[in-house]
Amino acid sequence: MIPAEFEYVAPSTVEEAVQALDRAGDDAKVLAGGQSLLPVLRMRMADPGLVVDLGGIPEARGVREDGDTLVIGAMTSHHEVMRSELVRGHAELVALATRTVADPQVRHRGTFGGSLAHADPAGDLPAPVLAMDAEMVVAGPSGRRTVPAAEFFVDYFTTALDSNEVLVEVRIPKYTGWRAHYEKFNRVAQAWSVVGVAATVLVRDGAVARARVGLTNMGATPVRAHGVERALVGSPPTEEAFRRAAVHATEGTQAGSDASAEADYREHLAEVLTGRALATACG
Amino acid sequence: MPRITVDVDGITCTDEVQPRTLLVQYLRDQLGKVGTVVGCDTSNCGACTVHMDGHSVKSCSVLAVQADGHEVTTVEALSQDGRLHPMQQAFHDNHALQCGFCTPGMIMQALDLLAENPEPDDEQIREGLEGNLCRCTGYQNIVRAVREASQRMRAGAGPAMEHSGETPAPRTSTEQTAQQRVAGGQS
Amino acid sequence: MTATPVSPSEPELGRARKRKEDARLVTGRTRWTDNMTVPGMLHMAVLRSPVAHARITSIDTSEARRMPGVHAVVTGSDIAGQQGSLPCAWPITEDMKAPAAPAMAVDSVNFAGEAVAMVAARSAAEARDALDAIDIDYEDLDVVLDIESAARDDSPLVHEELGTNRNATWTFDSAEAGTGGDVDRALRDAEIRVDRTFRQQRLIPSFMEPRSVLADPTGEQYTMWSATQVPHILRTMLAMTLGKPEHKIRVIAPDVGGGFGGKLQVTPEEILTFLLAERLGRPVKWTESRSETMVSGHHGRDQVQRLSLAARSDGTVTGLDVKLLADMGAYLRLVTPGIPILGALMFNSIYKFPAYRFSCTNVFTNKTPTDAYRGAGRPEATFAIERMMDELAAELDMDPVEVRRRNWIGHDEFPHTTVAGLTYDSGNYEVATDRAMEMFGYQRLRDEQLRRRQTGDPVQLGIGVSTFTEMCGLAPSRVLGSLSYGAGGWENSQVRVLPTGKVEVVTGTSPHGQSHVTAWSQIVADRLGVPFEDVEVLHGDTQSSPRGLDTYGSRSLTVGGVAAVHASDKVIDKARRIAAHMLECSSDDLDFSGGRFAVRGTDKGMAITDVALAAFTAHDLPEGVEPNLDAEANYDPENFSFPHGTHLCAAEVDTETGAVRIRSYVCVDDVGSVVNPMIVEGQVHGGLAQGIAQALYEEAVYDDDGTLTTATFADYLVPSAADLPEFHTDRTRTDATSNPLGVKGVGEAGTIASTPAVVNAVVDALRHYGVTDVRMPCSPQRVWRALSDARSGSSTRSESGGGLGSMDDGGGFAAGSHGGAR
Repeated sequence: MIPAEFEYVAPSTVEEAVQALDRAGDDAKVLAGGQSLLPVLRMRMADPGLVVDLGGIPEARGVREDGDTLVIGAMTSHHEVMRSELVRGHAELVALATRTVADPQVRHRGTFGGSLAHADPAGDLPAPVLAMDAEMVVAGPSGRRTVPAAEFFVDYFTTALDSNEVLVEVRIPKYTGWRAHYEKFNRVAQAWSVVGVAATVLVRDGAVARARVGLTNMGATPVRAHGVERALVGSPPTEEAFRRAAVHATEGTQAGSDASAEADYREHLAEVLTGRALATACG
Repeated sequence: MPRITVDVDGITCTDEVQPRTLLVQYLRDQLGKVGTVVGCDTSNCGACTVHMDGHSVKSCSVLAVQADGHEVTTVEALSQDGRLHPMQQAFHDNHALQCGFCTPGMIMQALDLLAENPEPDDEQIREGLEGNLCRCTGYQNIVRAVREASQRMRAGAGPAMEHSGETPAPRTSTEQTAQQRVAGGQS
Repeated sequence: MTATPVSPSEPELGRARKRKEDARLVTGRTRWTDNMTVPGMLHMAVLRSPVAHARITSIDTSEARRMPGVHAVVTGSDIAGQQGSLPCAWPITEDMKAPAAPAMAVDSVNFAGEAVAMVAARSAAEARDALDAIDIDYEDLDVVLDIESAARDDSPLVHEELGTNRNATWTFDSAEAGTGGDVDRALRDAEIRVDRTFRQQRLIPSFMEPRSVLADPTGEQYTMWSATQVPHILRTMLAMTLGKPEHKIRVIAPDVGGGFGGKLQVTPEEILTFLLAERLGRPVKWTESRSETMVSGHHGRDQVQRLSLAARSDGTVTGLDVKLLADMGAYLRLVTPGIPILGALMFNSIYKFPAYRFSCTNVFTNKTPTDAYRGAGRPEATFAIERMMDELAAELDMDPVEVRRRNWIGHDEFPHTTVAGLTYDSGNYEVATDRAMEMFGYQRLRDEQLRRRQTGDPVQLGIGVSTFTEMCGLAPSRVLGSLSYGAGGWENSQVRVLPTGKVEVVTGTSPHGQSHVTAWSQIVADRLGVPFEDVEVLHGDTQSSPRGLDTYGSRSLTVGGVAAVHASDKVIDKARRIAAHMLECSSDDLDFSGGRFAVRGTDKGMAITDVALAAFTAHDLPEGVEPNLDAEANYDPENFSFPHGTHLCAAEVDTETGAVRIRSYVCVDDVGSVVNPMIVEGQVHGGLAQGIAQALYEEAVYDDDGTLTTATFADYLVPSAADLPEFHTDRTRTDATSNPLGVKGVGEAGTIASTPAVVNAVVDALRHYGVTDVRMPCSPQRVWRALSDARSGSSTRSESGGGLGSMDDGGGFAAGSHGGAR
């Protein structure tokens, strides 16, 4: 299948990209890694007049430290993210979730920021980013602003990004020394998550000192499992404690029914998988 | 129309392409490199897998304009002087293909997988091929072939497998830079 | 590529020759239809109906015609007079109801995906662009989707003019046929009676190469390249459907990337490409996208199966009643109505059932037409009976292998005429089963299963058993005739020994992954005593291989391979006369072996390759012998062949999530004599993958509007390497007695036996919770739901889109027109 015709620009700075988007109004699409966009264009489910390719912007790519914060450029590929020593050391949950995204070829081209901006409820990266209280650095015509992850994901495939804005980088507080696991449940290896649980836990002196849990595909946006986190803190890292905490997994979720699962099954899975994610993280 | 220059299987190609032209269409329709095929339109089957700057990509999900200035390697470049690449030989020796339609993509992904992990176990081989569908073989002989190729290629094992000789060449410079960027942490 | 070193002592037959086919395929030097370009070629794109059932009220193509690069925009009414009706070669009953099947819809559309317009343009992109500019108005009609309600008299109709949605009802009754007893009596007198209803979900063949057609009207012959399994059938059908002279049509199946029955078709697009190219006087190529394949290529399976089995309390089955509803989809394609009938004689499988009755009602719905998919009718039958045998074992609290042992045909009972009237020539179910159980570690796994049950392990272990046989080698022409099939089942081969001693073998079978070039080379090299490397196999072009009936139904080796044997033998016979003449002896004094004629009792002799040169020069041939060393054979098998096997699956079921993991899979198949064990093993592997995929992953799902919601590989779950287990395979051997090679066919075996083995394992893991069935595919959700329902004591919940909760004993199976087996 062949996409409909479009104009193409490949700016070399974030500012040029924003200008191009601003001029095009709603008629433009941002091309990051293209691993979701190109199939959409090929199926002609979108028909933009302009495609703005961020691939030529060096600033948007790479992983760095900024004091207590880890900064992942939006155009860093999944492959780079999952292999980055910095990410593995300070945000292991992100590295682990990234490893489960699609397949190796897609991970070579697909980008961290592209996945987040696409905001697919079944995507694996929004939940970890939400759980870890990341901040999104967004560039627009009037400069840059920072959006907390909790405000970034708005609805199905919808983020706080305006049509003339691009996601530049993601700032994640360092979770150095935290244990982590991303429990993904899907039908076949390269399928989207039916449900995913992102968990990262700091164990100190034989007890859970802090915990962060996010859920994939339990609503239109990723869901933070605050109830689970609260129930965990102060508990010993035992299977029993994880099971008790996992009971809270569905609080605040609005699981939908679709071809891959019905809502009640998703809720059941969320609970089971939360227990498993915590156990594996601490195991 | 944008003008692009792409190194395809060692030949420098400069062409005008429509922005919407997919890399695989550019390879097949404009360059006549029909060894790389298209099996789906959702980036699931992996039949169109080629290498771009040393990494496997699905050429149906890359625009030709995105390949501008990059190196593309297809299955057609693997055998040299009439000698099969060890991976091709292993596919032949282990009956790892029947109809052969998925084979170019499967071989290119298998090479990428060995570049990532030169000594994979069977489970790692299966995971490394999760983005490539085959309807004929049930995969068992493909796994066998990749295992055998990894043994054949192990001597001086290294990442770049686009050479039929036993001694691998270094990674492309683009790949080195990318690695440094990730490891070095400065964007 | 290096040839395997030839050891003169190693016979060709039974040897694991590496494939000749591979050299091009692993290097990308391929000839897929879509790789072809010819001068002046235009590209065709097809607009498809987005709705499942509607009247076409208007079509406006004026804007599309003005689009850049567009040469033509053609609608159904433009070609209504030329397109004819797509052929259905298998009218299963004399009064079968069949709608007209235009390649392109004219007034109404009957499934979402049906062609409604086509564009020819300079490039594929421009052709695709123009589709968006075609404006069609539809007036919606009632959409008929559910097979059971479609079969009822009060259902809205797919084809108003037929007055019913029932295509035909085909029956077999062993009491009437004189092959067995009365099923009603067996059920009435049953000590144990098992009634079950199973759903064979709809599947999509999912060959990896999307279909492609290139039609070139510019030569003396009209040439069509097509990604087809059936170039010969296609040529004849193009001629008959379009009223064209057959000798002016040449069909080529170049490299074809898999078929699995999915390319056993005369497709709308072949007709359309032909007509468009003819109209424009220029070559036209159409290549589909995967999304088009999914909605417009034919689907497979899709049956509701209701079975009643009568048995004694010792496990002996006394009767089996089978009632099927089979979904035809919207139209009858090449062999659509006959697919369930291919299973009709197989429900009794390897067993000595004394009474058997079968009835199948074919039903039209507003869905993509169904037709052959790997196994075609036989997987459905095997699934149902093997599920029933496990259910019987559960009822009796007996080991499922033991139940089978008590019913199967003993090795000393062959040949055996079954209750369905087929004669099984050979087999040994005991040794295959014993071998499989030994490889599997059957008792050890049963012990582990018990431990897990006792400890309440959240991961339960299930063991699934499946034995099977199938009728392969389609087919004896007289049998096909008795089943009202539109063609015979013979196969053709020519063997030509060239002046230099090299050999050309022409076959009418048409490989698309099955390795015929390698296997036929082995067969002919063995027969003629020439080197494997010296044999070339020609196929898939009606110009070079003018006669044949192509490749499907595990027929190629058992029919086509045997034809090559007969042609080789004719060559030897002719060569013998020439050699005798040249050696000045009697033909009877010549021994032929290793490619050489030797005069018995002397050291005189000559090679067959030298005979070939003499036959070519023709300077001194015996009286009445024509020049050249060639021969042709047409072979019509006397019987089907009956491969069989025992498959064992151990599945771990996570009772918390419903996830199923295959822990171990063992199969032992008897495919008779083997030409190339490497190829045979590959066929088994691939078959297993497809059968397991039916059990666990794949399903074509329609929404309430009749839109296929699994129309991409993102939604239709073809498993990858990461989703499938390692298979442990072995073979036992009893040769077929019906052909000189002793071969039985292997193309479909793995697919047929594996599906019930897996589902039986899943159910076995959960049986002690009260689960008696899980509908396919056994998705985690379905497994979890079955378990939850069983635990809470509620009956299996019906799912939206047609579960079995609504299964009505009467209505759906109300008899339509009774055809009856002859």
